[in-house]
Amino acid sequence: MPTSAPVLEVEDLAVTFSRKGETPTRAVDGVSFSVAPGETIGLVGESGCGKSVTSLAVMGLLPPRGVRVSGSVRLDGQELIGASDRMLRRLRGADMAMVFQDPLSSLNPTLAIGTQVTEVLLEHRDLDRKQASAEAVDLLDRVGIPDPGRRLKEYPHQLSGGMRQRALIAMALACSPRLLIADEPTTALDVTIQAQILELLRELVVGSGTALVMITHDLGVVAGLCDRVHVMYAGKIIESAERHELFARPRHPYTGGLLHSVPRLDAGRGARLTPIRGSARDTIPWSQGCAFAPRCDNAEDDCLGDTVPLEVDPAYGTDRELRCRHPLQPARVGAGTSGAGVARAATGGSGATASGPGR
Amino acid sequence: MTSLGERKRDRIDMLAAQAGAVPTGEVGLSLTRSAFRRLRRDPVAIIGAVIVVVFLVVAAFAPLLAPKDPIAQYLLSEIRPGSIPGAREGFPLGVDNLGRDLLSRLIHGSRQSLLIGVVSTVLGVAAGMTLGILAGAFGGWVDTVVMRFVDILLSIPSLLMAITVSVLLGQNQWALMIAIAVTQVPIFARLLRGSMLAQRGSDYAVAARALGVRPARIVFGHVLPNSVSPVIVQATLSLATAIIEAAALSFLGLGDPDIARPEWGAMLASAQAYLSIRPWLAVWPAVCIIVVALGFTLLGERLREALDPKFRR
Repeated sequence: MPTSAPVLEVEDLAVTFSRKGETPTRAVDGVSFSVAPGETIGLVGESGCGKSVTSLAVMGLLPPRGVRVSGSVRLDGQELIGASDRMLRRLRGADMAMVFQDPLSSLNPTLAIGTQVTEVLLEHRDLDRKQASAEAVDLLDRVGIPDPGRRLKEYPHQLSGGMRQRALIAMALACSPRLLIADEPTTALDVTIQAQILELLRELVVGSGTALVMITHDLGVVAGLCDRVHVMYAGKIIESAERHELFARPRHPYTGGLLHSVPRLDAGRGARLTPIRGSARDTIPWSQGCAFAPRCDNAEDDCLGDTVPLEVDPAYGTDRELRCRHPLQPARVGAGTSGAGVARAATGGSGATASGPGR
Repeated sequence: MTSLGERKRDRIDMLAAQAGAVPTGEVGLSLTRSAFRRLRRDPVAIIGAVIVVVFLVVAAFAPLLAPKDPIAQYLLSEIRPGSIPGAREGFPLGVDNLGRDLLSRLIHGSRQSLLIGVVSTVLGVAAGMTLGILAGAFGGWVDTVVMRFVDILLSIPSLLMAITVSVLLGQNQWALMIAIAVTQVPIFARLLRGSMLAQRGSDYAVAARALGVRPARIVFGHVLPNSVSPVIVQATLSLATAIIEAAALSFLGLGDPDIARPEWGAMLASAQAYLSIRPWLAVWPAVCIIVVALGFTLLGERLREALDPKFRR
């Protein structure tokens, strides 16, 4: 575990969307986490749980109107909530950067790749045009785009999905940011390309001491890349643990449910997946108890009534936090073998493809 | 075994290398270039383009192409009540009620119509885009003020507006152009604002913001280039409208008073009185107006499709 001062500290972050005549929606509620240099954390959860809103709030990219952000986000000790637009703009791209889900729509279709890469360099670094395009060639080369000089002249629609995501990663890493947020960077790509992109992120980001926040719903991605995992549900973190711990001994019934929904390589033929019952819509407000209670097999009467706090997991060391009154007991997951099996399946699955074709 | 495995690997490497390579001639195919490439293969677009080009050439070389002087009067002795001379040697379409060669007048008239159409559309696009950019880039109260102003313009019927403006500015061809331009402004302003607002929230605009690109650069470098294609299309279509509107205003007597510059609308107006004895005097200018308008419309429609990203391959 890296011990140096964290690059990013998020404390009690809350985001509320309000519209005239509608009850405000709290998309993110009291989220806290931190990332150290070279560390990778995963924010995991299903659609609508607030992971993307969290990342946009950190980057200061939420629209100014109709959104209230509170709490504290510090980048290298500098407070970002309430910072001026000017300061945020200078930090974005230079000290913190983001890679988005859809590489095609994240690139401007009317500009050549080269223009878009050099744009970032010209904005944040003291380079002239010539130096910037030389640097752009270098960047594309580093993210594994063959024949970079030629690719710079091409337009986004001429590149494959994987190439586009590589180009976007090149743009994000152009100024060697301290923090990179990757919002489902592999979701729009096919499986072999996914593995390559993850490998690339591992190489370029983790190797250089950049802090990486990986936002994903894919447990395979988490297993292959993240050091620490925060599982989110309905805007709150419900469990956070070190990766191996989480896979081996999930404590929150929701985490357990997620792990059981992943197909396993060692499962018998015809074995069925165990889905989480209900849908993400079947939640209750956190103020009335545990939001997951309506879908939870472990739920009991005391899950309702008041907010369940996020506390250090009594069964484990100080490193694990849990928001649950009736957590899964290790035995219930199947005496260790089942949970470990899922971890193996997930790690093995992504590991196999990640080290497979390479590029 | 090893050799087989190696061969396989070599083959895969080769395929991968091929997949990475781009066929020559494909490098740097921008949106506009791929649009033109598609237009070139589209017969309807070609017909539209040919019509437009033919009229442009005729307009450009009118003095050379016209067989006679468009304002000189001929065959006056043969014009009497109830009879205007028709086609004959030297006058392929006959003469008008004042003995002027119809063909030469049509050829010279193309200059006036196209000039008014192009200039008024350019003026309209420039003013409309300025308003559109203001509204689309700033949003908020600037957007509200600009768009309410545009709504007011839009609520006045375009012909009525043009008549008002040309009355206010006096009767000359510049007033005519400005009058027509004013009626085009709201269309372009609304169009550009709408597409800019849509593009402002797009993924690449957010991505550019996430990279710290400055707001002015996002508006002019990213949002605007992606928003102009509907404006380009509408401008082509508006050329047709402008030509028709110019003809309509001339027909109503609000056109260019200078008789040295024949104009299709004015020709149509003066032919009106002789519809029963020589209908061709009215038919020919009308056909010219319709065909030019059709040419621009065909081109504009196909341009819309060619520039639409949904049709891209």
